[in-house]
Amino acid sequence: MNRAAVIAATTVPEIPMRYALRSLVLFMALVAAGCATMEPPKPWERGDLTKASMQIDPDKLETKIQQHVYTSKEAATGGYGVGGGGCGCN
Amino acid sequence: MTGLRGGARVALLVAAILQAGAALSVGAGDAAPAFVLPTASGETIALEKLRGRLVYVDFWASWCGPCRRSFPWMNEMQQKYGARGLTIVGINVDKRRPDAERFLRQTPAIFSIVFDADGKTPEAYAVKGMPSSYLIDTAGNVVAVESGFRDEQKAGLEERIRALLPPQ
Repeated sequence: MNRAAVIAATTVPEIPMRYALRSLVLFMALVAAGCATMEPPKPWERGDLTKASMQIDPDKLETKIQQHVYTSKEAATGGYGVGGGGCGCN
Repeated sequence: MTGLRGGARVALLVAAILQAGAALSVGAGDAAPAFVLPTASGETIALEKLRGRLVYVDFWASWCGPCRRSFPWMNEMQQKYGARGLTIVGINVDKRRPDAERFLRQTPAIFSIVFDADGKTPEAYAVKGMPSSYLIDTAGNVVAVESGFRDEQKAGLEERIRALLPPQ
């Protein structure tokens, strides 16, 4: 068997363009549908999300103190929420 | 191009199937979805058995702040209008029963409390927020839906309850 014949035998037969398109669209639909099934928790399922340990900022007072220390040490302010716009006026 | 259209059709079908899962919310004028749920003592409360009474169904959870504030008001309503035909049913949706029991020790209820950890009932009512309450008339139809519990809702709700009860 010569080289050309081996290549010819192992090459995937050419798929007509419309089949390729169709399977691509189907694949994308399934991928999109997969995302759609991941629903956010329902209002009555938020019990665990309301725990203090699940909050982005579990202790408001501590965050405030930390930010106070940070801004004084870094001689800069702002960048965290609405505490200031970096004007240095608070 | 026919291939693409076929694919688009499949995508639409998938989208339609997924949409079908989303329940429509229950509003005023709709028949209240039935439920049969257990109380702490092991008895069951069925909405159907409460036909002829004005029913105030409240979905609550131990982790919900406004729910805690709504309990004294619901106790008051039960006390004031229970004899005239009002039944308040608090449906607890906590996943863990001890959480609900702790809440009830801190915030006692004189109205009926039932438990639905599976969330089938809030699903059927398509509850939009916690707490949510449904005023159900003597024929089993929803007359009012309230989401959340704020002090300014109290007067209006009591007025509605009073209007739906037989005159003294």
